[in-house]
Order: sequence, then structure tokens, then C-alpha cells
Amino acid sequence: MSKKPVVTADGTVIRQTPKSGGWGSPVVYFVSLCLIAICIGPVLYIILGGFRTNSQITADPAGLPDPWKISNYLGVLQTKTFWTMAWNSLYIALITVALVVVLGVSASFVLARYHFVGRNAMYMLFASGLMFPLAVAITPLYIMVVKSPLVNTPWGVILPQVAFGLPQTVIILTPFLAAIPVEIEEAATVDGCSRLGFFRRMVIPLSLPGVITVAILNFVGSWNSYMLPLYMFNNESQYTLPLGVQQFSTTHSQDTAQVLAFTSLAMLPALIFFSIFERRIVGGLTGAVKG
Amino acid sequence: MAGPAILVFVTFVIFPVFVALYYSFYSWKGYGPATNFIGLGNYKWTLTSHDFWGAVGHNFIIAALSLLFQGPIAVLLALLLNQRIRGRSLIRVLIFVPYVISEAIVGIGWRLMLQDTGAVNALLHKIGLDQTVSWISNPKVALWTLMFVISWKYVGFAVILMLAGLQGIPEELSEAAAVDGASYWQIQRHIMLPLLTPTIKVWAFLSIIGSMQLFDLVYIIWGQYIGSIAGTSTMAYFMAQNGRLSGQLGRGSAIAIVVFVISLIVALAYQRFILNRNVDGALTERGMA
Repeated sequence: MSKKPVVTADGTVIRQTPKSGGWGSPVVYFVSLCLIAICIGPVLYIILGGFRTNSQITADPAGLPDPWKISNYLGVLQTKTFWTMAWNSLYIALITVALVVVLGVSASFVLARYHFVGRNAMYMLFASGLMFPLAVAITPLYIMVVKSPLVNTPWGVILPQVAFGLPQTVIILTPFLAAIPVEIEEAATVDGCSRLGFFRRMVIPLSLPGVITVAILNFVGSWNSYMLPLYMFNNESQYTLPLGVQQFSTTHSQDTAQVLAFTSLAMLPALIFFSIFERRIVGGLTGAVKG
Repeated sequence: MAGPAILVFVTFVIFPVFVALYYSFYSWKGYGPATNFIGLGNYKWTLTSHDFWGAVGHNFIIAALSLLFQGPIAVLLALLLNQRIRGRSLIRVLIFVPYVISEAIVGIGWRLMLQDTGAVNALLHKIGLDQTVSWISNPKVALWTLMFVISWKYVGFAVILMLAGLQGIPEELSEAAAVDGASYWQIQRHIMLPLLTPTIKVWAFLSIIGSMQLFDLVYIIWGQYIGSIAGTSTMAYFMAQNGRLSGQLGRGSAIAIVVFVISLIVALAYQRFILNRNVDGALTERGMA
């Protein structure tokens, strides 16, 4: 492709989009800047608000910190509740991810590599999960959990989350696993590799990009989940961060600065996590659209 | 090998619908066995509730307005951002931020900013609009406030999806069109947009499903009670209010079944009339238009 402008029959000049490094049109930058301001502004407001005092906020709700105060943040970090909730969130998210990945890879492996009666039906079963909204299942889920040993344990949130994470996971992973050439499996068998060995030595490493994508999507989903913990958890010691933020904003409704600091700290892990794995998340969504 | 996955999935996704169906025929508060069989009583209560139909209406308004607001904005932005410009990956990250932050945190943040003495009104005062608007409690504006927060939270997701769709379109097509003398906007309109249609349809499906089960944002911003007064309650909000939170689990189950049926009809109708026309639609629709 040439980078030279193309002159058309009626004399207009088309500048071709350069392959890389170009600056493009100023309109694009202006629109992008506006967009970023709208997207990031409120987030920055929350973070900066945590550095102000309540009297600063009352005097000018839309102002900047002057002087900057770190005491709100330190105050939150010194409470035991914050760390308990952060730990609960992390614990639930990690176990959810581990289970979704193990169950999801196994199911997708079967779907992708074996031809059996009912294979289509099994795929449809998982795909139909997208039609069963969590918001609908949550009341009966609560009834089921209350009557089971899962009540008042993190498992009351983890297992439903795993189940509702499976459809998306299977839909993303199956194409990955189907793409592993049959020849590799045959070669491995000839070389004396068992099915399980093949699974462990070839399938897991080869499908790693897909696995990482679903792991991140499920982690963020679990970290942010609100309705399920709200239904399942009764006492504060079990609360995850989203529930904790809500609770804190109610109990400290007079202390806006502290609420802003708590809120900022609660969103920080997801933001850091996201900025590290951004490419994976966006890549995973791309796969999901095409699949 | 797929056994455990199927077991977990069926137990926690499919089975609950039947549990809900069972308890929906009882007046049951969640203690002891359900013995007070009341037949269709809970359904009658739900279907004759003025608030319930109000909530259903809100869900449909939200679904329609989400498509109307976010769709064109997202397509336009994705087309703009699809050019190879400096800092594109940074822009992508930043517009995706609201989507990554949990609904609970977004809700708390906006609730603080939107209250009468909050930052939004203060900002409006600063630019000379001297009117305090009750963004949250005024029933005339509350639904629009919700729409604004929803758009803010989810438009980044729509843009990323559209960008992903655009990147799947072979570059040769627009290059060939440019050589043949098509202008930038002609290329976008006649090549990119038609080829993006499948992605738009998938996004619209996800958006509609999301609108049907909207709960977190409404519950956090408007709290347990004000939503139905301010006119922002949704089906899931109504279900939580009248089921789990008031301890009426039989009633909550009946509402869940009704919501399930409504969502299922919407999803199936969408699949039947819009998604399935993907393949032949691409050939026939254009000929008719």
C-alpha cells in the first residue's frame, strides 16, 4: 500500500491512512479528548475528592483539593473492615476463576474434540445459559442456598458465579480448543502420550491465551458483582467491597470525603488489574464477537 | 470430563427456574417448609400491581433509549477511532474504564455527584446555569439521569465491541474503494457500516438483555425505596423489593418467573427476527433498500 495521496477523477485528494505513527485529523483528537474527559472526569473527581476535607467539599463541591489531605485515605486503610472486605472479594474472585477455568476447559475440550451424540445439544445447553439472567435466578438461588450447607459461606456466591460464568467461558474457549490440529494429538498418541497427558502437555499450553481471557473476564465479573453477595450475605464480616462501599456510604453519609476515599480505594484494584491486562480483555471481547 | 461443568451449570442456572416455579404457588417467608399453597395468588398480585407494570415499562424504555443513545454514538466513535492515530491504545483503555469499575462504585460516585448540593449542580452554577436540579428525586428527570449514568457506564463497552468488529473487516476493501474514488464518508457509509451490521446486532442483543436485568445501578443510586417513587424502578428492582428484602420469597419467586418469561420472549423474538436474518439479510435487505 502506498502512502501517497490518491487523486480521484473529480480532483479530490484522499489521504490514505498511514500504516503507523501518523497524527490523523484534528477532529479525531478533539472528539477523543472530549470522550476521555467525559469517561475519566467522574472517576478523577472521586479520587481527588478523597484528598479534600468535608468543609472543602461543602464550600465548593466541584473544586480541586486545596490543600491536599491524605488523612481520608489513611483513615480508610487503617480500618479492619476495608481489609476484611478486600480479602473477601479477592478470595471469592480467585476461587471463582479457578473453578470456572477448570470446569470450562474440561467442558470445552469435550465439545471441541469429541464427536458424540448430543454434542450439539450440550453446546446449546451452555449457550442457552445466556438467556437465563442472574437477576431472574437470584431469588430461587437464595432459597436453595439458605436451605443448604452453603448458607453463610462464600460458596453461596462462588458456585452460582461459576455456573453463570460457564456459558461465556465455554463459548470463548471451544473455538480455541477446536483449533488445535488433530495431527498433534495423533503424533502425541503415537509417541505414547495418554489422553490425559495430551490434555496436560498440549491442550493447556496451546489454549493459554483463551484461558487467560476468560480468567480475567471472570475475575473482573466476580470482583464487581453486587446483587449475588447482596442476596446471600447477611453479616458484615462476609461483605465484599461493592457491598462494603454501599454500607460505608450509608453509615458515613455525613463524611463525604471519607466515602470518596473508600470508594477510590475499592475501585483501585480493578483499575490496576484492568490496565495490566487491557489487551487480553479487549482481545477476548473481539473473540467473543467473532465466535 | 464435562460432567462436573454440566452438573454445576444445571444446578445453579437451570434448576433455579423450577425452584422458583414451585415456590411461586406458595405464600412463604422462607422459614420452615412451604405449606400455604395459594395457587396463582402471587401471580395475580404481581400482574395487577401498578408498580410492576411501571417497572416493566421502565425496562423497555431503558432498552430502547440505550439502543438509541449508545448505538449511534458507539458506531461513530468506533469509525473515528478505527484510524491509525497516535495514542489509540491509550484512548481505548481510558474509554473502557467506566465499564471496568463495579456498578456499586459507579453508583455511589454518581449519587454523591448528582445530589442537590453535589458536584454536577455546582458545575452548572459555575458555568452560569443558576438552577438547582434534583437529578435523583425529581420524577421528571430521574429516568433521564439513569439513562445518562447507564450510557456513561456502558458506551465504552459498545465502542470496544464495534472497534473489534471493524478490525475484522479486511483493509483491502476500503483501499480498493479509495482507489475507485470513494470519499472517506462514502467508504464508512457503504462499506464499513454494512459489514459492521453483525457486530451491531450482537451488541444490541447484549444491550437489550442487560437492560432487561438492570438492578445494581438503580438500587445503589436510588436506594431500596425511592426508585419506585422517582420512576426508575426496574423489574429486578421490583423483585428484590417485594421478594428477598421484604421476606416474601413465594411472591419474589412468582415475580422472578414473570420476569423470566418476559426476558425470554424478548430474547427469542430478537433472535428470531433480527439475529437469524444475518445471513440471508445481508443479501436480500440491501436489494430491497
